Amino acid sequence: MVIVRPADATPAMLQTAIRNVVGEANVRTGKVKLDIPPLVENGNTVPMTVSVTSPMTADEYVKSIHVFNEKNPQPNIGNFYLGPRAGRAQVSTRIRLADSQKVTAIARLSDDTFWSATADVVVTLAACTEEAI
Amino acid sequence: MRIAACIALLTAMAGAALATEIPLSERRSGYSFMSADTRAMQDEDTANPGMLSVLDGETLWKRKAGTADKACADCHNDARVSMKGVAAHYPAFEKALGKPVDLEGRINVCRTNHQQASPFAYESRDLLALSAYVAQQSRGEPIAAGDDPELAPFVEKGHALFMQRQGQLNLACTNCHDDNWDKKLAGSAITQGQPTGYPLYRLEWQALGSLQRRLRACITGIRAQAYDYGSLELVELELYLMTRARGMPIETPAVRP
Amino acid sequence: MPSALINVPKKAKRGDVIEIKTLMSHIMETGYRHTASGDVVPRDIITSFTCRFNGAEVFRADLYPAIAANPFITFFTTVTESGKFEFEWSGDKGFSETAQASITVE
Ligand code: HEC
Ligand code: HEC
Repeated sequence: MVIVRPADATPAMLQTAIRNVVGEANVRTGKVKLDIPPLVENGNTVPMTVSVTSPMTADEYVKSIHVFNEKNPQPNIGNFYLGPRAGRAQVSTRIRLADSQKVTAIARLSDDTFWSATADVVVTLAACTEEAI
Repeated sequence: MRIAACIALLTAMAGAALATEIPLSERRSGYSFMSADTRAMQDEDTANPGMLSVLDGETLWKRKAGTADKACADCHNDARVSMKGVAAHYPAFEKALGKPVDLEGRINVCRTNHQQASPFAYESRDLLALSAYVAQQSRGEPIAAGDDPELAPFVEKGHALFMQRQGQLNLACTNCHDDNWDKKLAGSAITQGQPTGYPLYRLEWQALGSLQRRLRACITGIRAQAYDYGSLELVELELYLMTRARGMPIETPAVRP
Repeated sequence: MPSALINVPKKAKRGDVIEIKTLMSHIMETGYRHTASGDVVPRDIITSFTCRFNGAEVFRADLYPAIAANPFITFFTTVTESGKFEFEWSGDKGFSETAQASITVE
């Protein structure tokens, strides 16, 4: 029998996690596209795709993509390191969302500028059909 | 909160009309109620986490076990040929036992009688993997369980269990899955409760699970005492569900929310 | 007996950008769950995933407990020559698994 203790990442934790990645740099909105269903059937497995507009050439490319969330116990979701030879700056994975919340993706470009996109996700609760196991 | 949602539903269903069976043309797999994202997870083998268990099953199929030191493959050769369509006929009547067994039960019969090894525990990783591998060989095959006349009394028992109100919520399977499959329960689709995809990967479980696990979850959901894994009642319910789903294609390993 | 599913095209033309899909079996126990008696279920996750092509790193990821069970990761790479992709997952409790896939570039 396992029960889940709700413990949210605080906005301060989220800010710290983001600062750990971007340092003092300014994060601008744009260039990044975050595809995540606005309404998901189960927060355990939420498909997510991040893509960044970039020519992906030797002098102009995406170095890394960082994904954060607001309300899971820990603000980090994943860091993805690419480089010019990726050819296309796009990664997909499946994530867990403990509750309806915002998800933020930040990209670091080769000129060390940071760009971001944020999406809201509503998680429908599972029905009354199963208790925790 | 979940309990509150159930009670609200119970009240809503109190006046529900008498149950009627779903005609063939209206039978719909749980797949058709899912979001596009969850469907995509099932559709593509390299994106479907249930396929990881199928891979494990393929390894186990070839592994020798028991005092007989035999692998499934030693007797059944290539599963793609020998096991094609088999899962579509389960549960089947097992003469030696005088009762029906589901696919998991049948695999355990081979395990004990033919491999002379101890049976796999229900919901064990190995049993799920082997049943997923065997059932996947029937993907796309129409369900055709319950033909054997010996099964008739057991189908009847399964049907009776499906119609019987039980638990603190005093609901029968039929109240949700025949009468209200077009409705929603606390945000998620009720669906027709079709057994087409098992064992399947349920996002809620974050793992593969058997039809018996799913049925036990529904029974617990109506606040009734769930039958034990491997009990005749669960096999009878599985058997009735499979006859009720006749003609629908097997989807193993399916994905469900 | 962890299994991996890898999807890499068998063939490509020089300079093509190909998509690679990977699925690894792992429970990804978050470390934030408790048993009924109050004990923490210890964290057991994959923390790192790397893809190399002919020995050179082409993609890497740090994973956290918010990555769903049985991690699914897809990404792109430009192919320049025939060779071998090597995939490596590592994590808590000494978890370490590898897989490979070859590609022929025409
Ligand atoms: C020593 C030979 C032998 C081995 C080993 C063996 N089986 Fe069987 N299996 C049989 C025979 C014979 C039957 C036919 C029914 C009977 O007589 O028990 C059968 C029947 C089955 C059936 C039912 C087929 C149908 O058409 O209804 C399934 C499923 C099955 N085996 C799966 C397995 C799996 C999975 C394994 C490995 C864990 C396995 N068997 C190992 C001999 C074997
Ligand atoms: C309170 C309503 C309710 C009752 C009563 C109920 N279920 Fe369910 N059942 C659900 C919901 C909700 C789901 C999850 C959504 C779905 O897949 O249908 C579900 C799922 C299922 C599924 C899985 C369908 C799939 O696509 O994989 C089966 C099979 C099933 N139920 C059978 C039964 C049986 C048998 C009983 C009686 C023992 C029963 N249910 C009782 C609500 C109910």
